[in-house]
Amino acid sequence: MTALAPQRIGQRLPKWITWAVLAGSLAVGYGINLTAGAFSLLGGGFLGAIIYVIAITALAWVREGERWAKDRLASALVVAAFVVVMIPLVSLIAMVVVEGSKRFSFTFLNTNMVGVYGETELGGVYHAIVGTLLITGLASLISIPIGLFTAIYLVEYRGGRIARWITFLVDVMTGIPSIVAGLFAYALFAAIFGPGYKSGLIGAVALAVLMTPVVVRSVEEMLKLVPNELREAAYALGVPKWLTIVKVVLRTAVAGITTGVMISIARVIGETAPLLITVGIVSETNFNAFDGRMATLPVYVFRQYAQGGEAASERAWAGALTLILIVMLLNLAARLVSRYFAPKGMS
Amino acid sequence: MAAPTDQRVTPEVIDLRPPSNTGNRVFAGLSAGAGWAIMLTLAAVALFLFVRAAPAFTSSAEEIAGVSILRGQSFWGFVIPLLFGTLLSSVIALLLAVPLSIGIALFISHYAPRRLAQTLGYIVDLLAAIPSVVFGLWGARWLMGTIDPVFQWLSDNLGFLPFFQSYVPPARNIMTASLVLAVMILPIITATIREVFLQTPRLHEEASLALGATRWEMVRQAVLPFARSGIISASMLGLGRALGETMAVLMILSPGFLMNFFLLKPGQHQTIAANIANQFPEASGLGVDVLIATGLMLFIITFLVNVAARAIIARRAEFSGAN
Repeated sequence: MTALAPQRIGQRLPKWITWAVLAGSLAVGYGINLTAGAFSLLGGGFLGAIIYVIAITALAWVREGERWAKDRLASALVVAAFVVVMIPLVSLIAMVVVEGSKRFSFTFLNTNMVGVYGETELGGVYHAIVGTLLITGLASLISIPIGLFTAIYLVEYRGGRIARWITFLVDVMTGIPSIVAGLFAYALFAAIFGPGYKSGLIGAVALAVLMTPVVVRSVEEMLKLVPNELREAAYALGVPKWLTIVKVVLRTAVAGITTGVMISIARVIGETAPLLITVGIVSETNFNAFDGRMATLPVYVFRQYAQGGEAASERAWAGALTLILIVMLLNLAARLVSRYFAPKGMS
Repeated sequence: MAAPTDQRVTPEVIDLRPPSNTGNRVFAGLSAGAGWAIMLTLAAVALFLFVRAAPAFTSSAEEIAGVSILRGQSFWGFVIPLLFGTLLSSVIALLLAVPLSIGIALFISHYAPRRLAQTLGYIVDLLAAIPSVVFGLWGARWLMGTIDPVFQWLSDNLGFLPFFQSYVPPARNIMTASLVLAVMILPIITATIREVFLQTPRLHEEASLALGATRWEMVRQAVLPFARSGIISASMLGLGRALGETMAVLMILSPGFLMNFFLLKPGQHQTIAANIANQFPEASGLGVDVLIATGLMLFIITFLVNVAARAIIARRAEFSGAN
């Protein structure tokens, strides 16, 4: 945009004035903050930002006229919006890392919660990691094939009116509240096995409902990127359509598809509400996803938080750190896959 | 596809029958089947919720009175305050998030240096990757303490307005819950608006600047009018998210079943989603059906909001000047 920036007309203020006013405003802001009592990084910054917006607008209004003053006001507010959003992101990550690392250790990752009561340094997250991996794995087993084939249907077979309906419903399905997916899975299994049946599978079905539309969306985007010339070349060689899809289209898009699938796994691995009402929590490690309650990381974090007390709170933060690490690793792996395994010649 | 070494092909070797069609048919069947599976799943979600919710609507008043979680209320007397709390928290979250999202999207698309834009986009998307339970933990352990002086100030100085009346720390009120919801729905709103801003025809922007407009005037003349429907549909997508969000509300809000606008007072409101998560473990019999009925209402509302949002996007795609 800089190339398009309007030329200086008339008496514009010099460029350094923005920084000078910003520095001055922050100084005044923190000054007020200090004289008022307790120093606070956010409070002073907040005051300084308000003073800056008013000062730069007033200055520009006097020296540059109304139009430029409005322009400066808008710029200041737009930048402020971005800075404001950095506050939750930075504070959240800082909190998770600082509070989480108090209890995060190999022992924490490697023990479950059997026999852990009251204020104790004991207890860990092993059973919850096992449960999360099993349930998310099952959900992926259900939703990746369905999502993949639906995307193939939408892009390669172009089903006309039905395809348009599916596209629309997939869009709507991405908006299903996660707790509603949990209620559905509960009602489904209560109807089949009776209300007493508890297993990780119920949670996996709920997660699959949430995950499938995300998989469809991302795979669809990737298949659309495959150039039509590749398909036509395959047809011209007499390759049947299904082989063209498997060996040409999917082969070309495999990196993007893997990325999309990994990101959708990262999305559902942190889902809490549906697992809370279907799978619940236990203290011991359960390796059988088809029978009995299971512990999962998000529900573990919630239950430790809800339990209250210092030790449980530290476990909640350490669990949150474990969860975030898993999510970030999945995201990172997804980006690496898309960078290094994309077919040559495609950006 | 190595070339055959033997060029003399005898007629017997050539198979004149068309290649087997089985693979094609199986593959087409699988693909269409997966598509139908998605439609059936959505239908099943609606069907199972309806079937399980039905007893809550049809049971007699005596049976309903026996359900402990209703605390003696009728079904509608139970649901309407929940609906109110759900809408209130989502609307506040939306009011906070949409202006911020427009600002961030503008910053990324029109204000930040081009080289930085993509990275900044990733940073905002990072927020979307954080699990909701971690947001709840952050809201309860960081935000509630940090926001406390602000709420105290509002209550002391603007306490004559009902919104800011009688704040009591800790900040387990609907305002804090809505703040966390706002942060959670920011990424999806920002991403959608950003896409629309980036589609603004370059010629409109350049024409505006060529007439001597400032950057802000260019944004107002060229970018915002073009993006209006996109902003509306992005807001509705965000609204859909906020309506159904469970954990942040469950972990922060101290629940109550009243209908009022005391935003800073704890124990006044509750949302449908958080209420289900809270009461489901202890509910039994008809109580489960009542909770599923509230879930059905949440499903219908979010469904309608999402359909409206998608319809606006679809109409825009057909008539926009961008293509």
